[in-house]
Amino acid sequence: MEMPVPNGDVIASKARIVARLRGVLAADAVIEDATETRAYECDALTAYRCPPLAVVLPGSTAEVAAVLRICHQEAVPVVPRGAGTSLAGGALPTADAVVLGVARMNAVLETDYDNRFIRVETGRTNLSVTGAVEEHDFFFAPDPSSQLACAIAGNIAMNSGGAHCLKYGVTTNNLLGVTMVTMAGEVVEIGGAHLDAGGLDLLGLICGSEGQLGVVTEATLRILRKPEGARPVLMGYDSAEVAGQVVSDIIRAGVLPVAIEFMDRPCIRATEAFARAGYPDCEALLIVEVEGSPAEIDEQLGVILQIARRHDPVELRQAADEDEAARIWLGRKSAFGAMGNINDYMCLDGTIPVDKLPYVLKRIGEMSREFGLDVANVFHAGDGNMHPLILFDANKEGDLEICEAFGAEILKLCVEVGGCLTGEHGVGVEKRDLMGDQYAPEDLEAQMRVKDVFDPAWLLNPAKVFPLAASRQRRAVAA
Amino acid sequence: MIAPRTEAELAEAVAAAAGPLRIAGGGTRPVGKPVAGEALQVTGLNGITLYEPGALTLVARAGTPVVEVEAALAAEGQRLAFEPMDHRGLLGTSGAPTIGAVVAANVSGPRRVQVGACRDFLLGVRFVDGRGTVLKNGGRVMKNVTGYDLARLMAGSRGTLGVLSEVSLKVLPDVAASASVLIGGLSHEGAVRAMTAALGSPFEVTGAAHDAAGPDGAPMTMIRIEGFEAQVAYRAEKLRGLLGGFGEVWVERDPALVAAGWAGVRDVAPFHDRGGDVWRLSVKPSEAPGIAARCGAEGLLYDWGGGLVWLLVAEGCDLRARLGDFAGHATLVRASEAARAAQQVFQPEPGPLAAISSGLREKFDPRGILNPGLMG
Ligand SMILES: Cc1cc2nc3c(=O)[nH]c(=O)nc-3n(C[C@H](O)[C@H](O)[C@H](O)COP(=O)(O)OP(=O)(O)OC[C@H]3O[C@@H](n4cnc5c(N)ncnc54)[C@H](O)[C@@H]3O)c2cc1C
Repeated sequence: MEMPVPNGDVIASKARIVARLRGVLAADAVIEDATETRAYECDALTAYRCPPLAVVLPGSTAEVAAVLRICHQEAVPVVPRGAGTSLAGGALPTADAVVLGVARMNAVLETDYDNRFIRVETGRTNLSVTGAVEEHDFFFAPDPSSQLACAIAGNIAMNSGGAHCLKYGVTTNNLLGVTMVTMAGEVVEIGGAHLDAGGLDLLGLICGSEGQLGVVTEATLRILRKPEGARPVLMGYDSAEVAGQVVSDIIRAGVLPVAIEFMDRPCIRATEAFARAGYPDCEALLIVEVEGSPAEIDEQLGVILQIARRHDPVELRQAADEDEAARIWLGRKSAFGAMGNINDYMCLDGTIPVDKLPYVLKRIGEMSREFGLDVANVFHAGDGNMHPLILFDANKEGDLEICEAFGAEILKLCVEVGGCLTGEHGVGVEKRDLMGDQYAPEDLEAQMRVKDVFDPAWLLNPAKVFPLAASRQRRAVAA
Repeated sequence: MIAPRTEAELAEAVAAAAGPLRIAGGGTRPVGKPVAGEALQVTGLNGITLYEPGALTLVARAGTPVVEVEAALAAEGQRLAFEPMDHRGLLGTSGAPTIGAVVAANVSGPRRVQVGACRDFLLGVRFVDGRGTVLKNGGRVMKNVTGYDLARLMAGSRGTLGVLSEVSLKVLPDVAASASVLIGGLSHEGAVRAMTAALGSPFEVTGAAHDAAGPDGAPMTMIRIEGFEAQVAYRAEKLRGLLGGFGEVWVERDPALVAAGWAGVRDVAPFHDRGGDVWRLSVKPSEAPGIAARCGAEGLLYDWGGGLVWLLVAEGCDLRARLGDFAGHATLVRASEAARAAQQVFQPEPGPLAAISSGLREKFDPRGILNPGLMG
């Protein structure tokens, strides 16, 4: 993984820069000691690491603005950071960068059940947003598997999704407003408690911009009333093709489940060994969840089970109570942990048109044999967002490189069948150099021109999203 | 008039343009400041290019009539869930609304409050920027965070950043049944409270509107539910109970009447045959009655539980002066060309945002030829 050569002038000026930062922040909010900055050397894509020049942990929007003004003047690159759970290396620093972490900014600023929104500082974790409104039976819909740890800041930057986004959408569909600080230190307010933008949809542009356009410090989020109940069913099939057909038939029947999750045999076996959820040993397993009152759930499941039976399932299991529902979800929810238990893994995130599922799974199987690395598949089948997990051994010479090459081939395949490189994790550094496979040079140029408007000096998270070659000239001008 | 038939022709036309272009789809929505320039008609870019009901995805060229899209969807039991408004009745225009223009103006209807706006269903776009370069963003799959979200930026940019040539949309299954729960005689505040109660319930209300002067001149509050037959019956009863304290509640189950009622809200039917300027406000629902009260409106229709306010005011009325400072935005949707030229049609933006917007326009349309000045 190539990263830009750090700016020697910045590194040489470290003492002055740190002193200036200390001038605007509390003493414990500036970290410069090499043993301590190490904690910020990577995000959840741990294969790539680099300790930053310094780390700042501001406590308010005004402090964020003060930090950015200094970094802007000193031409120091800034890497915004939420909880550091990015799987794309979005929060990976460079040696000349200041990591700006919003973790200390986690307050709830306003809850309004009548107007159905909550305003929070963005360091707040995803799950604790729902936690803040739960007693009134409300929730924040986007639910990434990392929700216990990840922050709203990262959710907005990556436009994160979750298992329930088939029905409720991803972050951008649930974001009403932000307070953002530009690299020059200017505070802007976009959107608010009302719906939709008056002028250009800048909110839509900010969401998913991977910390390259501004540092988001506060967010107004849509909250929803919880449904009366939810219930999953589990179905097992002998082939991925048939399972894919079941998914398509369910959608065509007019039922809109909140979640349709898919696991293949390697993934089922691994999670069984780890969590013992009692899953059948079959080629493809689906978990389908619907919501409503008990009678409403029965009605929808009636339709779904009828479709499921038509396709000869090897197993069909309904949840009679909360316990059984939890058991159905148990394996799926521990899939990542199970993989981590076996080996190091790389989690991919391409999206494909739903009908290409069987073909793509077959190709991934073939490639797995070619590259000599195992793959387990677990993903959101309703919307075609795949998460192939490639298993490798980080201690084995060359294994990471093989894994990277294999991953790139899978993502190219996703694009080839009409899909995209990333459905919810973001480009970061991981998929940066594959962007040319999905977009023409002029498409990337148009996106980079947007960054020119917000951050003309290319100081915010500069080495991400765009192939280094494509952004080189702009970054060079900055340095 | 320039009337390209293909994306390539469109790109050539924009590249070759010597002066400003006035971009038109079906010509049913003359919203915004009047634009002086040569007409660029995109209706020649026409046709559905991909429709996969099992993947809930539809891709169409920008000039495809909305009716054609809706007919194709209906044949498969699906629909555009954001139910785009048809502006013809309100604006007195004719012609066929096109799907590209729906996206360009981010046009949504009553269901927006539950399922999201047009921009929330947009999966990808192809467009021609002001240089005449063909660009694409997003794609045809339901989840996509690859690079910046220019597709959403294009939605609502009203042709000022680029000319859409193709749009890709997420569609949803149509519903088997629907019902309107109706309450008569409520004050504006009472209506917003009732709608708030309904929207805060677990019954997935897909419409919450209040007509200050309903069919016979009396106020009428409408709550919509949709779903399977038994589900709708169950939820209607639950809502009847929940809203009983607000006034007399009854449930309309006749599908034709329910559909007509919501089409009327969507298209702002109460103002169709009445003269005057029409404004559209997006506000925090609880603040809607207070804001509306200071507007001295001759007609009032609340949608989105109060979050969307349609106001009918005397022609030439300086509504922005009456509105003063408020959280949200106001758009002058219907007024004479002279009035639209003289007033700020869209909500003026605070300095830093205005600078970002004009910075973006400069990048996408450096010559300033795409609907120049339309958004102010
Ligand atoms: C086990 C596991 C499961 C996961 N499951 C899912 C899942 O189901 N769905 C999903 O979508 N993702 C998932 N992820 C990925 C990750 O959790 C999300 O991308 C998450 O939103 C990142 O949030 P964070 O706060 O940790 O961000 P970080 O990792 O700290 O940063 C992510 C990006 O956001 C930028 N950023 C951070 N703060 C700001 C700010 N204040 N302003 C501007 N930019 C900022 C960073 O520069 C970086 O580019 C998973 C990750 C793990 C480890």
